Amino acid sequence: MDNRPSPEALLQRLREEEARAARGRLKIFFGASPGVGKTYAMLEEARAKRREGVDVIVGVVETHGRAETTALLDGFEVVPRKQIDYRGVALEEFDADAVITRRPTLVLVDELAHTNAPGSRHAKRWQDVEDLLAAGISVYTTLNVQHLESLNDIVAQITGVHVRETVPDSLLDEADEVELADLSADDLLKRMSEGKVYVPDQAARAIQEFFRKGNLIALRELALRQTAERVDAQMRGYMREHGIREIWSAADRILVCIGPNPLGARLIRAAKRMVGGLKCDWEVLFVEAPGLRISASDRAALVENLQLAQQLGAKTVTLSGLNAAEEVLAYARANNVTKIIVGKPTHPAWRDMLFGSMLDQLVRGSGDVDVYVMTGDVEPSVRARGPRVDRGAWAPVGHYVWSTLAVVFCAAINLAVFRFLTLTDVAMVFLLVVAVVGSRYERGPTIVASFLGIALFDFFFVPPRFTFAVSDVSYILTFGVMLVIALLISGLTLRIRAQAETARVRERRTAALYAMTRELAAVRGEAEIVTTASRHMRSTFGTPVQILVPSDDRRLEVPVGTPLAYPIDDKEQSVAAWVAERQHIAGAGTDTLPAAQGLYLPLVAATGLVGVLGVRPSDPKQFQDPVALQLLETFASQAALALERAMLADRAQREAVAVEAERLRTSLLSSLSHDMRTPLGAITGAVSSVLEDKGTLSEATRRDLLKTALEEAQRMNRLIANLLDMIRVESGALEVQKEWLPLEEPLGVALIRLEDRLREHPVSVQLPPELPAVPLDEVLIEQVFINLLENAIKYTPAGTPIDVSAVMQDGTVRVDVADRGPGLRPGDEGRIFDKFYRAPASSAASGVGLGLTICRGIVTAHGGRIWAENRPGGGAVFRFTLPVSPPPGAGEAPA
Amino acid sequence: MAEVAPVVLLVEDEPQMRRFLRAALEGNGYRLIESTTARDGLAQAAGRNPDAILLDLGLPDGDGIEVARRIREWGTTPIVVISARGKEQDKIAALDAGADDYLTKPFGVGELLARLRVALRRATRSADGQATPVFTVGDLTVDLVARRVRLGDTEVHLTPTEYKLLTTLVRYAGRVVTHRQLLKEVWGPNAIEHTHYLRVYMTHLRHKVEHDATRPRYLLTEPGVGYRLQTE
Repeated sequence: MDNRPSPEALLQRLREEEARAARGRLKIFFGASPGVGKTYAMLEEARAKRREGVDVIVGVVETHGRAETTALLDGFEVVPRKQIDYRGVALEEFDADAVITRRPTLVLVDELAHTNAPGSRHAKRWQDVEDLLAAGISVYTTLNVQHLESLNDIVAQITGVHVRETVPDSLLDEADEVELADLSADDLLKRMSEGKVYVPDQAARAIQEFFRKGNLIALRELALRQTAERVDAQMRGYMREHGIREIWSAADRILVCIGPNPLGARLIRAAKRMVGGLKCDWEVLFVEAPGLRISASDRAALVENLQLAQQLGAKTVTLSGLNAAEEVLAYARANNVTKIIVGKPTHPAWRDMLFGSMLDQLVRGSGDVDVYVMTGDVEPSVRARGPRVDRGAWAPVGHYVWSTLAVVFCAAINLAVFRFLTLTDVAMVFLLVVAVVGSRYERGPTIVASFLGIALFDFFFVPPRFTFAVSDVSYILTFGVMLVIALLISGLTLRIRAQAETARVRERRTAALYAMTRELAAVRGEAEIVTTASRHMRSTFGTPVQILVPSDDRRLEVPVGTPLAYPIDDKEQSVAAWVAERQHIAGAGTDTLPAAQGLYLPLVAATGLVGVLGVRPSDPKQFQDPVALQLLETFASQAALALERAMLADRAQREAVAVEAERLRTSLLSSLSHDMRTPLGAITGAVSSVLEDKGTLSEATRRDLLKTALEEAQRMNRLIANLLDMIRVESGALEVQKEWLPLEEPLGVALIRLEDRLREHPVSVQLPPELPAVPLDEVLIEQVFINLLENAIKYTPAGTPIDVSAVMQDGTVRVDVADRGPGLRPGDEGRIFDKFYRAPASSAASGVGLGLTICRGIVTAHGGRIWAENRPGGGAVFRFTLPVSPPPGAGEAPA
Repeated sequence: MAEVAPVVLLVEDEPQMRRFLRAALEGNGYRLIESTTARDGLAQAAGRNPDAILLDLGLPDGDGIEVARRIREWGTTPIVVISARGKEQDKIAALDAGADDYLTKPFGVGELLARLRVALRRATRSADGQATPVFTVGDLTVDLVARRVRLGDTEVHLTPTEYKLLTTLVRYAGRVVTHRQLLKEVWGPNAIEHTHYLRVYMTHLRHKVEHDATRPRYLLTEPGVGYRLQTE
């Protein structure tokens, strides 16, 4: 096997390097616990950098009043803290924006895991750091091991202190450098006893608990191991870069299945540790059964778990389906998953016997996929993910009433005809009623019906009658069978109903998406796509939807020609800008800029960002539901594709125009050098002859020369006018200002303009009096007439007539300009309208060969058509059509 | 008649153009004041009280349209715009700003002198305070007092609107009258958007007073701008 990296891998590495070059570099001073000297090490190194001439400033450094640290700070520029007013309390916070404005090479930002004051742009300081890095500013920062997300619960187990401020592992993984600030537990304790470690007064006891020697050793081990793993990863990366074949070759892909409960987080963290060892991609999957209603707290936990998974670097997926095992396996097979991780089942075994075991199904169907069962979900009350239906939902009171009535009615009937029946028949009738209730109503009414049925059966029919006592024990069995059958039937019914509901929800989503996709495929242009996509999303999600697209100066704007769904003020605009820049979701309901009214998603297509999608849900939690968010993302990606298509089409068109313009320019230059110089030559010659005349020229000759000069000047003027028209037609800047007017007007002007040159050609005009006023641009259509008449003058011998006529034809007016000249050569009919095309016979005729092209441009811009053909009886006829429509307010003109 | 030579103020920044106009105008009995900037042009127009102004639009220190508008704030001196801008919007803008006429470069001397004569005549007439009672061009005679129109020897019967349209053009004879202006004067200020009224009536009028309506001699179209009644 070839050891060298594949071209794709090399390309990938180049891209990563490029991205990294533009980004600032991140160095983390990593430690096992507070007090090991991270801040100190950071400041020491910063001083060294400053001595090298690097522009270093201090963003935020906590000295905790320690003299040695404060001394190191001496001489650094410190960015003033930002004041944030939170409910009347002025809070001080690190000012990332000030740093970005100041643009140093390197900034020191202490305590990466810090949680920002409410009202800041980001919830966490590490998000500010990401912004700084993205802005190209390098950052030195400090981090303790217990703040690392994936180690969070281990640290909690070791120390008993649960740390709330966490930092995603990806930050440490992607840091350019990690330096471990290491101190043995004994030394640290010594420093503590000397008072060199900062301990906040209010938490003194908890902190003391934290700083037990056992804890410190365990934390140190964690930190060392984390650093070692990083070194290991760097080694692997080095091997890859240098074409050294990796020992690890199998491309593992891990799928973690979680349920809607708070303890899924443990499963995710456990999985992350396993993934960390394997160095592979992983995904976290949740299967939602549509009929199943999840309680608000479980829903919140699920959202948190999925966010946690994302922070830990997993891709998250939410699927919808009744049979979780089947969905998981189908997904695993479709995505080449090699390992599936699930939590240990915690529910009682009888449930599996009754409803089937999801785990069992998963293991049996897994084929060559490994299934790992890990300790995760320990909560006993957790809902099994089997095809079970929400029992928490209350059935309407009506259902209870009806089921009770049905049973009572049944008892009454039975009582009436009891003498004709055996006891078994009565039991069967009761069973029938309970079964009917079970098939129609929810579980609650069914249970009520079965118990009531049993009670009535027992009381009225089972001997001794009219007591609840039972003489024969075998009746107990009858009661039991009645109850179980009722439950089974209602269970089956509910399951079928839930399946139908699943199908319906899926169907609805697919249909909504399909409807939008289909309509988007049919519309053209940015504005139309934006309007269509917004409308579909609004009707699907019930929230105002606003799509913003980057303008030429990269600012996000509401596309021209689309309505504004909700006001986009500066604040919303800045959130959208952030989203566009980072290509990451932000706004209401997220961690970033949650104070915004809208939630913003980047619209990313193959060529990059094409816009930002804003939604303004009335409840910010609406899109915290992963299913809703995922659906929104699906819609967004479809909209992005459509927008990209429009933008690419637009760009292609612009490029085509540019190419065509370039071609035109080239032809024009060669044409101009000839066609402009010829009249100029004549003018120069004629005028200089007159000027230098020493009395030898006769008066007639002088006049003749000057007349030539004048005529040639006029010819040049016409040429220039033609060129200008051509440029207008070509550049698409042709503005057609239509007015309803009789054809006589433009034709009349053209005839008068050409009067001199038409002297040798009798022109007959046939305009039927019933011809309506035609919507046309007077000046442009006059130009068409002039060009067609000039063309006839140029190509036909003197004395031959020119006939101009017009007829109504299929809602258009057709104008013919016919001559009796030599006619068109075969094949010329199409070409004569091309730019710079001149019929060979016309070498003597002047002009650049633009006249007919201009005619075509003008007629086309009017929505008409122009063509040429040979005329029966000799000569050529040029025909063009103009669409006719009644003028606005076309009643009668006022007298 | 020992008539005093009319004084023409020429506001034009291009020396070649000035040279040509100087030769043409002085050779035809006009006296010329020359100015090369908008600011100086305005000062000359106010200070020297010329009989007519030839105004270029593209001046180094401002737009000629603005100059025309400023002059119209206090005076009625006829203004003929000479410009290389051939677009209809520019012509309309200049006419709306108060210019009497518009000539697109390049133009011939004959055309320039004709326009200048029309402009000067209007000035004289409005100074006299009354219009000529009978207007004649070619075969066409319009008797404003008797309200009669004749083409050669035959009387032409016009509807009231056609007559009003014709007399409006007679009032501005020789000058371009914009569509808006015609609509406003003939149909009233509410009709200025309805140019197709004008088109329809102009066609009717032409069929009645022109020998060949497709090649009008008297009622000329200024494409995209308006109409002009020929005077000579």
